[in-house]
Amino acid sequence: MIDNEEYRQFLESVRFVYGYDFTDYAEASVIRRIRAFMESKRVGSLKDLGRMVLKDEAAFEHFIQDITVNVTEMFRDPFFYKSLRKNVINRLATYPFIKVWIAGCSTGEEVYSMAILFREEGLLERTVIYATDINQDALQKAREGISSINNMKSYTENYLKAGGQHSFSDYYKAKYNSVLWDKSLRQNIVFSVHNLAMDKSFNEFQLILCRNVLIYFNQALQSKVIGLFYESLCSFGFLCLGNKESLLFADKRTCFEEIDKKEKIFMKTK
Amino acid sequence: MDQNKTFDAIVIGASAGGLYAMINIFKQLPANYPIPIIVVQHRSKDERSLLEEVLQQKCSVCIKQADEKEVIAGGCVYFAPPDYHLLVENDGTFSLSFDPPVNYSRPSIDVLFETAADVFKERLLAIILTGANADGARGMKKIRKLGGTTIAQQPDTADYPEMPKAAINTGAIQHILTPDAIGSFLRECMKNNTVW
Ligand SMILES: C[S@@+](CC[C@H](N)C(=O)[O-])C[C@H]1O[C@@H](n2cnc3c(N)ncnc32)[C@H](O)[C@@H]1O
Repeated sequence: MIDNEEYRQFLESVRFVYGYDFTDYAEASVIRRIRAFMESKRVGSLKDLGRMVLKDEAAFEHFIQDITVNVTEMFRDPFFYKSLRKNVINRLATYPFIKVWIAGCSTGEEVYSMAILFREEGLLERTVIYATDINQDALQKAREGISSINNMKSYTENYLKAGGQHSFSDYYKAKYNSVLWDKSLRQNIVFSVHNLAMDKSFNEFQLILCRNVLIYFNQALQSKVIGLFYESLCSFGFLCLGNKESLLFADKRTCFEEIDKKEKIFMKTK
Repeated sequence: MDQNKTFDAIVIGASAGGLYAMINIFKQLPANYPIPIIVVQHRSKDERSLLEEVLQQKCSVCIKQADEKEVIAGGCVYFAPPDYHLLVENDGTFSLSFDPPVNYSRPSIDVLFETAADVFKERLLAIILTGANADGARGMKKIRKLGGTTIAQQPDTADYPEMPKAAINTGAIQHILTPDAIGSFLRECMKNNTVW
């Protein structure tokens, strides 16, 4: 059993020692993952877990990797990408230079999907994509640009549903059981660590994607992070959230206009 | 029997064949059924809301997909959205997650059952219906351990008996009932939970 008081204390000490703040994450999911981690490491109590990760940085890194959820796909929610092509791209095209922030990019599939879309729309050459995540290990995988070959069938389907204009296989090379994304896609991508719960705004963007990250946060943290995106967007910049996410809990919700309600695309209007 | 207990929530797990069983259960409930009902029905990720629409046509209780951070309230049957796990938070709200599939399923019944058990403990009623896998068995064990009440659909009335059987085999199931009897059980429970 994980006792509530113990749980709070554990997160407080993690914050104190490592500066990672999980106190405003949705609890049920964090507790589930902590339990799974404890089971796999045969740790009996939260106190023991504390002893294990607070003294040993390598063990902590391992722990972080396990409790952040890095599941992602190429062109996940294909209709979202289709809507981007239809509703956002033409407005972005009016800028001489485009900056995009993909926050919570995980192992990079979403980033490469965006690079492909921007290439097909003729914008990639004048775009820089800043792709950030809290999980170093996931970011490293994103930089390497490797994916499992087993996923290619469903990724190809997604790509086509997303309005893809070429053959999906143009964008990767197969090697053994993996595929390597075309290197030229990566030229204008900057991968770096950024923690949405603690770090500040670092640039101004025309487009921000943060999909399936807010669901892991409580309402207060969701509102704070939306505030951070608000600060980081130019006027009439676009914010895209995951399919099940909303601006409902954000103080800044009235400063955005809905561009596509279903696909969760918003424009900063105030 | 346990109908005399008061429940804060009812959780239901269903897989293949679930729609038919659920129609039989939910059509017995009045529109103002006071206990919130939370359901994981295994479903394809490409299906956006057909399940809710079909059920709503057959039942008077309100059927809806659970929203992120929505407050759990009576008078509603909430469904886990396709391709997300549905979790219950301590403050009585829902959260969604994109964790890897559990028992090859997302949404997974175990994820809902285990988090609901943590929150509602002995004031939880859990029901496992037809299905061709073993999702929900682990969750049932935990619910029973924390004092909740457990029901499985009588396997020979299930289109796919494996799922109720797997739950029964854990030894955690207290009542084995037909869908009709589950419906009556739920109506009985209502008497202790009337909201005025
Ligand atoms: C489910 S993945 C979403 C990946 C991708 N955006 C998508 O929709 O497919 C959630 C990501 O959020 C990251 N994350 C969690 N907390 C974070 C934080 N405080 N700051 C930045 N990223 C965070 C996790 O490491 C993980 O890679």
